[in-house]
Amino acid sequence: MNVGPQFDPLDFGEAALKLRTYRHEILGSNLTNADTPGYKARDIDFSKSLQNELLQRNHADTMPMEVTSKGHYQFNSSISNQPNLLYRVPNQPSMDGNTVDPDIELGEFSKNALMTQAAITFLTGTIKSRLSAITGQSS
Amino acid sequence: MSLLSTFNIGASGMSAQSLRLNTIASNIANAESSSGPDGRTYRAHRVVFTSTPNANSPGSGVAVSNIVESDAPLRREYRPGHPKADANGYVDMPNVNPVEEMVDMISASRSYQTNVQMMNVSRQLVLATLDLGK
Repeated sequence: MNVGPQFDPLDFGEAALKLRTYRHEILGSNLTNADTPGYKARDIDFSKSLQNELLQRNHADTMPMEVTSKGHYQFNSSISNQPNLLYRVPNQPSMDGNTVDPDIELGEFSKNALMTQAAITFLTGTIKSRLSAITGQSS
Repeated sequence: MSLLSTFNIGASGMSAQSLRLNTIASNIANAESSSGPDGRTYRAHRVVFTSTPNANSPGSGVAVSNIVESDAPLRREYRPGHPKADANGYVDMPNVNPVEEMVDMISASRSYQTNVQMMNVSRQLVLATLDLGK
């Protein structure tokens, strides 16, 4: 059986919550700019971004490259720090160049808000179980 | 923090939409104003929205960059007794189309509501985050 890399649930929850709030802001700004001419709706690929974020955390403890001369490049991993901002493909382009479909954006926004709540709930569960392991009492 | 900057984005949207509502109200009120303080016939005002990208966060708010006058042709009405009538008895009336203004008004009010809704959701999420681990 192929088992993916295992992550600390706390780390995982934090990464998920971070990306969820990041996406919350992007979708919110899409909704706000629903009437701005020329504005293009943005979004991120959540699962890919989460994967990148977790991989980056796993690689954070690797040794940096030794730089002994000005001409040396500092080695940077190909995984970028910020999630990749993409453009949404419009299914009904409008005359003024705006690609925000308020219905789609509102749907995605609500879904993302629900997932943020879920991430918070899972994180709370992890914290509680750690706490009960430390104190030996079920709180 | 992303959740808190959503409040700024929502607020910028609300203020832009309320400015849009304001110009619509002014257009409807002046639908029959054949002369303004400068003696010219009133022309419909239109707001121009521009997004305002934020340097250190992914989202962008919205702002009204300009208010322009509509260059649609003025409505000419035959009113021989009117003080502003020309030699043929025609008066230039504002190019305000009440139907257009009403539709624009509904659109602006819906957009305003969306921003309010968005800020309410953000508020709930911030409160839930504050209660993290409890």
